[in-house]
Amino acid sequence: MRKSQIILFILALLIWSFLTWPPDLQHLIIGILVCGFVSFMTGDLFVKRPHRFKQFTRYLWFLYYIPLFIWECIKANIDVAYRVAHPDLPINPGIVKVKTTLKSDTALTFLANSITLTPGTMSVDIDEENGFLYIHWIDVKDKDIQKATEIIVKIFEDVLRRIFE
Amino acid sequence: MNETIGMFFIIVGLIFDFFGCLGLIRLPDVYNRLQASTKSVTLGTCGILFGLFLFKGFTAAGIKAILCILFILLTAPVSAHALARGAHKSGVKLWGKSVCDKYEEDKNALSKTA
Repeated sequence: MRKSQIILFILALLIWSFLTWPPDLQHLIIGILVCGFVSFMTGDLFVKRPHRFKQFTRYLWFLYYIPLFIWECIKANIDVAYRVAHPDLPINPGIVKVKTTLKSDTALTFLANSITLTPGTMSVDIDEENGFLYIHWIDVKDKDIQKATEIIVKIFEDVLRRIFE
Repeated sequence: MNETIGMFFIIVGLIFDFFGCLGLIRLPDVYNRLQASTKSVTLGTCGILFGLFLFKGFTAAGIKAILCILFILLTAPVSAHALARGAHKSGVKLWGKSVCDKYEEDKNALSKTA
């Protein structure tokens, strides 16, 4: 067994045992058999660089990322609720382009998801080779690439680099 | 006590869901509507599920609610992104008063050079 397969096995078994809570022997045996088969077949597709799972600081940064994300998410919802409930509909939409320095697939996925759930922005497309993201912004404050990057991406980029890169 | 807090979460979730639906009706084009529906409905549904978790505690239903929150948070933005990208590729225009569309400009530049 390679490391990536073992990691996938543990993750899959964890989710399976949560799905079949409370744990009992019957479910556990089926889970171990199926998870073993799946992780044997697809282990190296899911986890590309298994040594990253051993670095402890990444988990600490992930713990820091969760409250940050929840806070931004709540702000986003109050913002949207305000715009929708206002009689004049104060929106100023447009698609802007921002630059990111993140490279790995997981980090880019998390960045795009975080951008979608934070105030006024939604990722439309990604240009992986040059590191550009196309963002639909409900209230365009600046069309320039640099300034838009500073407003939209900066909050999450540093944290996500420390977690995934 | 848990039930009171759970009720609070469920009511807040319902309010956010309501604003998401209102946005779906009031906002002018596909992209703005996706914004409202994705954000508000994601957090609203997560709020309702978390309230359910507080009601049920660590039982079968409660743990499943937590798992649902996890998967909604992972999948809702991805589906919104896919819808927006698909709409733009198939030529849905932005709202008339939109400020700028860098994506359209870049696509045109690409098709001219190619």
